[in-house]
Parts: sequence; C-alpha cells; structure tokens
Amino acid sequence: MNRPVDHTLQDPPKLPFEPLIQKNAVITEARWVRVSLTAAALIFLLGFLLMPLIAVFVEALRNGIGAYFEAIVEDDAMAAIRLTLTVSLIAVPLNLVFGVIAAWAITKHSFRFKQLLITLIDLPFSVSPVVSGLIYVLIFGAQGWAGPWMSEHEFKVLFAVPGIVLATTFVTFPFIARELIPLMQAQGTDDEQAALSLGANGWQVFWRVTLPNIRWGLLYGVLLCNARAMGEFGAVSVVSGHIRGLTNTMPLHVEILYNEYNFSAAFAVASLLAMLALLTLGLKSLLEWRHGNELAATRRH
Amino acid sequence: MPGFGLTLGYTIFYLCLIVLIPLAGVFVKAAGLGFDGIWQVVSSPRVYSALRLSFGAAAIAATINAVFGLLVAWVFVRYDFFGKKLLDATIDLPFALPTAVAGIALTALYSGNGWIGQFLEPLGIKVAFTPLGVILAMTFIGLPFVVRTVQPVLEEAEKELEEAAASLGATRWQTITQVILPTILPALLTGYALSFARAVGEYGSVIFIAGNLPLKSEIAPLLIIIKLEEFDYAGATAVAAIMLVLSFLLLLIINLLQGWSRTRSGARA
Repeated sequence: MNRPVDHTLQDPPKLPFEPLIQKNAVITEARWVRVSLTAAALIFLLGFLLMPLIAVFVEALRNGIGAYFEAIVEDDAMAAIRLTLTVSLIAVPLNLVFGVIAAWAITKHSFRFKQLLITLIDLPFSVSPVVSGLIYVLIFGAQGWAGPWMSEHEFKVLFAVPGIVLATTFVTFPFIARELIPLMQAQGTDDEQAALSLGANGWQVFWRVTLPNIRWGLLYGVLLCNARAMGEFGAVSVVSGHIRGLTNTMPLHVEILYNEYNFSAAFAVASLLAMLALLTLGLKSLLEWRHGNELAATRRH
Repeated sequence: MPGFGLTLGYTIFYLCLIVLIPLAGVFVKAAGLGFDGIWQVVSSPRVYSALRLSFGAAAIAATINAVFGLLVAWVFVRYDFFGKKLLDATIDLPFALPTAVAGIALTALYSGNGWIGQFLEPLGIKVAFTPLGVILAMTFIGLPFVVRTVQPVLEEAEKELEEAAASLGATRWQTITQVILPTILPALLTGYALSFARAVGEYGSVIFIAGNLPLKSEIAPLLIIIKLEEFDYAGATAVAAIMLVLSFLLLLIINLLQGWSRTRSGARA
C-alpha cells in the first residue's frame, strides 16, 4: 500500500497570528535572563577551567618545539615516566581485583553492617593526600613500627618504589569499587540466579554473566582510577624521597623542575599529564554517551 | 550466590591491610602523645594559623563553588547553547588534571606577570603567593563536586510543580526560590560539603600558588610535610590526627545530607 498521504489533513490549521504563550513559557526565564546567566556560566568555565589547561601547553612550547621534546626525552624525565607507568600498572590492577571482589560480596549477598563496609571503602576519599602518605611513614619510617625490622632485612619501602605503590594504592582504593557497587546493586541478582539454576558454577556465572554486564562500568572505574594513580602528588611526595631518576614520578618531576625555575621543562612534562587528563575525559564522555545506561546512575568521584 | 565467604573475607582483609590498619596507626601514635601533647602542637601559632587557613579558605572556596556550581548546573540543565555537550565534559577537568599540573598552571596565570595576574596587579589585587591564591586553587579543584551533585537532582526535578506554581500566580522568582531551591537544597549542601572536604586536605594544587609563608599562607597539609622533613613525627601526627577527625566528621555530615537528599527528592544525589 503506497497511497500518498495528504499532509494537509494532519497539520493543524495555520493561525493568522503568533501564539501568545510559547511552549513552556511559564517555566523558563525571560530571554535576557537566560542569555546573561548562560554567558556568566560560560565565561566562568572558560576563564576558570580552560585557561589553566591552555596555559600548560603555551608555557610548555614557550622555548620552541625542540626544547619541548628535549625536556621529555631527557633521562630523568624518561625515568619519571617509566616509574609513573610502573606504579599505575601495579596499583590499578590491585584495586581492580579488589573492586570486583568487594562489589560481588556487597551486591550479590545480604549481610549486616553492609552500609558500614561501603563507608569504610570510601574512607580514603576523605583523607588528605598528605595524611595518606604520612600513615606509611609512621609504619615503615626509621622511627616507625616496622622500621627497625625493615632496615635489619635491608628491605626498603619508604623512599623506594614499594612505598610509592602503597601510597598510590591507598588514594585510588575506592575508585573501581564505588563505580561497581551502585551499578551491580541496580542490576540485582536475577541473571546470576538464572545461570545458577541452569547448572552453571560460580566461576562460570561470574565470567559469562556478571562480567559482561558490568564491563563498561568496570572500564569507567579503571579510567578514573588510572588518571588519579598517574597524577597523584601529595601522598607520593611524602613517601618518595624525591630521588631523581629513581623515585621521582611525573608529578614530582614537574615539581622539581618548577622549583629549579626550569619552567618550560616543567610545563613540558606537565603537558603530558594534561594530555592524559584530556584523554581520560574524552574516553569517559564517550562511555557516558555510548553506554550511559550500562554505567552506574551515581557518577560522583 | 556462591563465593560469599571468600569474597567478603578478601574484601575485609585488603581493606584492613591497605586502609584501616595504616589509618589506625595515626590514632595509636596520637594517643601516645596524650591530649596535652596534641594540644601543645596544635596551639602553637604556626600550626593554629595553618589549620585556620586550611579550613577558612576551604569554607570560602566551597561557598564560591556553591554559587557558581549552581549557576553552571542550572544553565546546563535548563538552557540550550552551542557546544554544550563538549563543555559539559570539561567540567570534570579538575578531577582529571593532576593537582601539581593545576597548581603550576594557576600560578602561571595569576602571578604578577601572568595572563590574568597582570590585569589584577594594577588594581591592587595580589592573588599568587597570598591566601587569595589558596582560595583560588581550592575553588578550582572543588567546582565539579557541586555541579555533579546538583545536576542530576535538577534534571529529575518535576517541571509540573513549576507549572502548578505559575498557574497559581507565582512569579518566576517566587517559583525558583520557593519551589526549585528547596528541592535541590540537600544536593547543594552535599556538594558544598564534598567540595569543602576536598579543599581542606588539598595539597598539590595549592602549594605552588600559596607562596607558603609561615603564619600567612601556609596550609596544614604542607605543615605536616615540613614536620616530617624535620623528623618531628609527633608533631606531624598531631596535625594529621586533627585533620582526620575533622574529615571523618565531615564524612558523617555528608552521609546524613545524602540520606536527606534521597528522602527529599527521591533522586540519587
């Protein structure tokens, strides 16, 4: 049936005048209010949020593109980049495994004090980064509880890579768990119950049912966790000892260069971190647009 | 569901290993100092003024964020404009940008010869290396907390209520202050508290722009580091313990606010 439709019958008759009340006119503001509020918000965002980002790249290229790459391929900078990658390659998987296991325990079972457990997992978010570093100094420092034993066995945690990994793991501890918990709570246990009743064992249920259900939320959590792990400054600064080429992560290297008034080199290394931030934001937005319904409804950090 | 004992056991084990035992260490050490010992550290002028600056500047920054965060959230939820989606993504920039990078960038912008600082200096406004710089950096890192807390509640607020208010003769201003504002108030307060909590402990973005003059622009986290470098573990622990207790109090308040927000709006804040 390909009968042409007569649209004139469906369109409402044209009014000889513009309707006085526009759609939703009662629940919005006058045009000048809308325009000025939007302008104020945009100026604030551009001036306050975007200017620092632009400044990083401008300052980084101040002495030319040659100096820029020189600052990045220089030995200490390369060592810092390697250390930052190493640390996040250890800390992120640790918290990934924990996040999945904790979310499984919390969302697929019912037990007492569940809310308390969730609050405790969130705890590192409300601790100052500097205090997060301090707690490990109190344990592993020369005057710390484990200090004497450590020096006896020539095992270094503080001012060495293990300390940096520990501090980074602490500050990024809640990221993946807190992304997965609300998501898996919302998904419930119906899928898993069905798989179990069909004879799947626990492992199969996890790999074939739960994991595919939470993959985008998991990726989202990993992204945020990784960005923080690579960018962490305060906690790492306390435990690292700032040994150039050995225990300097990228953010710490930025600080050292900056304090030596080597500004363009500092901004060059900083621009790498800024690019990481932009990449994280881009991927994060992509996940939100593409798979928004498969992410947790609560997206706060 | 299988695996309850194993997964809960591992969760508690890892939580204790990484978070709870190390944190408890601060309180054990602080208890060793006794109340008098802690008081002696905290009542010294340098520590007292650092704590006052950290909490005072954080309160001001959180207030600025509450105002501008609400404005930004409002404009993004209610109005349409070019590039909205892209700009919405950049609101999270302070979360994603490493704090040290934010710190040196803000210093470059607001120092006497910086892009923005050169216009403020002739007006007699010095931002970098003053407490004003501390507030500025704290505002920068705290903004997303308010926007991201208020935005979802504003999105889910029922427009029918506004139409009802308008049909009953309320002016737009009355509708906003008496219908919309009470709905989003718990979320706004939660955002304020989150932004405050983050700013109090903030270190990386603040130390570059603060100038770090003792008694004037020195923040509490920096003082902890200075005390550690002087091997004054007791002093560092005392300051840390005070900050921890206050942040746990804040965490409690935030949890209560979020509970209130849920019952008030039915939306997840």
